[in-house]
Amino acid sequence: MQRRTGIHLTAASILVLAGTLGTATVQPAAAAEAKSVIEQGKAIAFNRKKGNCLACHQIEGGSLPGNIGPPLVGMKARYPDKAKLRAQIWDPTINNPNTIMPPFGRHKILTEEEIDKVVEFIYSL
Amino acid sequence: MKRFIGIALTAASITILPTAGTASPESDLKAFRAYFMKRFPNVPFDEFANGVYAIDKVSREQWKEIEEFPPYEIDIEKGKKLFNTPFKNGKTYASCFPNGGIGIRQNYPYFDTTTGKVVTLESAINACRVRNGEKPLKWKKGKIAQISAYMAYTSRGKRMNIKIPDDPRALAAYERGKFHFYAKRGQLNMACADCHMYNAGNRIRADILSPALGHVTHFPTYRSKWGSLGTLHRRYAGCNKQVRAKPYKAQSDEYRALEYFESYMSNGLPVNGPGARK
Ligand code: HEC
Ligand code: HEC
Repeated sequence: MQRRTGIHLTAASILVLAGTLGTATVQPAAAAEAKSVIEQGKAIAFNRKKGNCLACHQIEGGSLPGNIGPPLVGMKARYPDKAKLRAQIWDPTINNPNTIMPPFGRHKILTEEEIDKVVEFIYSL
Repeated sequence: MKRFIGIALTAASITILPTAGTASPESDLKAFRAYFMKRFPNVPFDEFANGVYAIDKVSREQWKEIEEFPPYEIDIEKGKKLFNTPFKNGKTYASCFPNGGIGIRQNYPYFDTTTGKVVTLESAINACRVRNGEKPLKWKKGKIAQISAYMAYTSRGKRMNIKIPDDPRALAAYERGKFHFYAKRGQLNMACADCHMYNAGNRIRADILSPALGHVTHFPTYRSKWGSLGTLHRRYAGCNKQVRAKPYKAQSDEYRALEYFESYMSNGLPVNGPGARK
C-alpha cells in the first residue's frame, strides 16, 4: 500500500514537471496538479493533528469517523458557491455561534494554504 | 400590567446583580437533569453514575467484564492502609473528618464559609496532613488518589449531597464553575458542554461522549489509558488539553469551582467510586 502511494506520487510529480517544461500539453498536467492538491487536502483533513475532520464527520475513505457533524457528501450540490464552503471551514461560528466545529481559519488551526487544499478535497466529495 | 412586570423584573435583576442575573442553582439543577433525562429517556436516573456505560450497550459489556476483577481493587487496599496508618504525631486521618472519614464522600466538595474556599476531598486530605505536621501529597495520582478511592469506597451508595450555603462567595464559586463548563475555550473553541451535554452519546472519532450528569460520582477513577488511578482534576486537565487550552493546576480555585458546579449538578446520584474507565 505504502509502495503504491509512493509510485503514484512520483508519477504525479513527473507529470507536473513535464508540464512546467512544456513537453506535455497543459491539460493533463493541470489535471494531475489538481489531483495532487486534492490528495494533499485529504491528508490534512484526515490528520489528527491538523483538520481531524473525521473526529466529527463521516468522509469517504476515512475510518472510524465520529457522528457529531453531518456526513460530508455531495458537497458541490450543497455548496454551489465554493467560497461559502471555505467560509464554513474558516469560521463555522458565523453560521452558528454555538457550533462545536472549530474555527480552523480564525483560530489559525490550519494555514490559509492548508484550508485552500482542504476545500479542494471536500469539494471533490 | 405590562408596566408592572417591567418594574418587578428590574427589582429582581438588582437583587441578583452580583451573579449577573443568572438562574438559581436549584433551577439550574432541575433544567440540567431534565435535559439528560429527556436526551436519554430509557436510562434510569441512578444509571447516570456509570457514565458512558449507562448509554452504550457494547462498551457496557466490556466494562462489566473489567469490573469482575476491578483494576482499582489494590488501590482501595493501599488507600485503606494509608488511611489507617498514624502520622508521626500518633493521630490518623480519621481525626480530621466527620464520622472518622467513613461514608462521607457524598458531601464533597463543600463550601467552607470560614475560609471562603471550596473544599474538595483531596484538598481536605492534604490539609489534614499539613495540620498534623506531614508533607502534602501530590495532587493527581498515587497516594492521594488511593486514600480518596478508599474513602469513596466506604461511601458507595450514598447520594451526592452538595450544598450551596447562603453566602455570596459560595454562589460566586458555583457561578465560576458553571461559567467554565459552558464557555468555549482553547484553540479548538470547545466547551465542556459542547461534548458532554449537547453531544453526549455521540461519537467523537471512536469515543462515545459521556453525559456530564454523573461525571463526578465515580472518581477517583482507574483509567486503562493512564494505567493508574487518577483524580477528577487530572481528567479535567486532560479535557482542557484536548481542545488545546492551557490546563489549570489540580486543586486550583478554577478546578475546585468546576468540581463544585459539576458535583452540585450530580446531586441525588449514588457515589460509586472508585471507577474503571478505558
Ligand atoms: C468537533 C466537531 C467537528 C470537527 C472537528 C469538524 N466539524 Fe464540520 N461540522 C460539525 C458540526 C456539528 C456541523 C453542523 C453545523 C453546525 O454545527 O453549525 C459541521 C458542519 C460542517 C460543514 C457544513 C455541512 C453542511 O452540509 O452544511 C462542512 C462543510 C464541514 N463541517 C466541514 C468540516 C471540515 C472540512 C472539517 C475539518 C477540517 C470539519 N468540518 C471539522 C462538527 C465538526
Ligand atoms: C473535544 C471533546 C471534549 C471536551 C470539549 C471535553 N471533554 Fe471531557 N471527555 C471527552 C472524552 C472523549 C472523554 C472520554 C469518554 C467519556 O467518558 O466521555 C471525556 C471524559 C471526561 C470525564 C470522565 C467521565 C467518566 O465517566 O469517567 C470527565 C469528568 C470529563 N470528561 C469532564 C470534562 C470537562 C469538565 C470538560 C471541560 C473542561 C470536558 N470534559 C471537555 C471529550 C471532551
